[in-house]
Amino acid sequence: MAANEASQPEATISLEVFRYRPEQEDEPTFQRYEVPYREDWVVLDALNHIKDQIDGTLTYRWSCRMGVCGSCGMMVNGEPKLTCAAFLRDYYPQEIRIEPLNYFPVVRDLVINMDDFLDKLTEVQAWLVPEEEKPVSEGEYLQTPAELAQYKQFSMCINCMLCYSACPVYGQNPDFIGPAAIALAQRYNLDSRDGAADKRAEVIFSHEGIWECTFVGDCTRVCPKNVDPAGAIQQAKVTATSDWYRSVLVPWGK
Amino acid sequence: MPTGWWLKKKTYSLFMLRELTCIFVGGYALLLLILASQLGDEKGFGDILTSPLLIGLQIIALPMVLYHTVTWLNLTPKVLVLWRGEERVNPLLIAGVHYLAWVVVSIVILWVVALHR
Amino acid sequence: MVKSNEPIWWSLFSAGGVVAAFFLPVTIVVTAIGVPADWISPGALQQLLQNPLARLYLFVIISLPLFHWAHRFRYVVADLGLKGLGPVPAIVCYGAAILGTATAAFFLAWR
Repeated sequence: MAANEASQPEATISLEVFRYRPEQEDEPTFQRYEVPYREDWVVLDALNHIKDQIDGTLTYRWSCRMGVCGSCGMMVNGEPKLTCAAFLRDYYPQEIRIEPLNYFPVVRDLVINMDDFLDKLTEVQAWLVPEEEKPVSEGEYLQTPAELAQYKQFSMCINCMLCYSACPVYGQNPDFIGPAAIALAQRYNLDSRDGAADKRAEVIFSHEGIWECTFVGDCTRVCPKNVDPAGAIQQAKVTATSDWYRSVLVPWGK
Repeated sequence: MPTGWWLKKKTYSLFMLRELTCIFVGGYALLLLILASQLGDEKGFGDILTSPLLIGLQIIALPMVLYHTVTWLNLTPKVLVLWRGEERVNPLLIAGVHYLAWVVVSIVILWVVALHR
Repeated sequence: MVKSNEPIWWSLFSAGGVVAAFFLPVTIVVTAIGVPADWISPGALQQLLQNPLARLYLFVIISLPLFHWAHRFRYVVADLGLKGLGPVPAIVCYGAAILGTATAAFFLAWR
């Protein structure tokens, strides 16, 4: 059987690829490419084959090929996926439709403009802000394994933005701070070395923050790193609610 | 976003179904409110409970309210995070305890009603 | 960004969700299956509801599920595409839940 298969003409699979070249077309179009079908190829391999062998004008982002860099996210048959982790064999023999990530402005072909997401990361201060900055000579900020466990899951985020493309709330209201940025805010809020939860609260406990979320849960479903942004947002709602009741019932407390 | 966005994907449709259960939850609460208004009137109270229309509506509401229960209990571990030292308590255990409590509570209520038959 | 008063509504929504999940299915079984199947008579249920604890139970499963409905329905309205209504859905939904709660308290406590 195996020898027979080798002598047959090579199997191929069709890719229907979103094209948009602003200098030559006002509206996006779709272009079909036939690429060799290989059991061990992912969608990104197929795109690289197109770029190298068929059409060098196709533009897309990628880097690590192993689910770490978070740059190759695209819509694969309408689902946000890391194309380096989406195997052709899961679609073959049907054709595969490749589009840029939902809800972001398209720069060119499969490349989106991610400024909105980067602005939101800045807005929520998605970095460590120690309560008191101490000089290097005083050594490290120590942390126990139990303290690490509190936020570790949320620190797995690779900023691939699949969760934004899965989120109908973000689709309807681009002001929504969104899944990854809130999960990352939560990641630093829960870090024992951090002291800026109050500052982040102004942004994430606002109306454009957690309260916009209706817990569709698709962000968590599509997340390639099991970050569970939907869980992070609901847990932040609990924190915001208990803070709110405390500030109303014991206004003299901190 | 097109108006019918929630029809485009199975997960979105199930989300909308979950959200729409609120109509049946609220509707049944309204029925109970009307029932409460008739507490002093034996005929009015009995008429509400024996109305074929209202019984039919409740039979339709029952699966929707059960869908609310199942989705609600399934999502509790996302909101309720418990730690045992460095380990997070298994979400399945948290959901399981809630299901068990639901069954126990339901049996107790049926038992109390049975005592007053 | 405005600090939100959403915690009031969200906590009532959540409490209502828990109450509806735990108590409504079995209550529907009693009123919609138990009564027509002659397992319990309307008169016996009415008698049971003379007990203050049973009235408290009835009050809780009326009021909190109404707030649960109010909060979810407010978002469903927007999700179904009815936008640009400003604060109207929120006022109508929460207002109805508050009115329902007050009415239930009136019937169950003072009558």
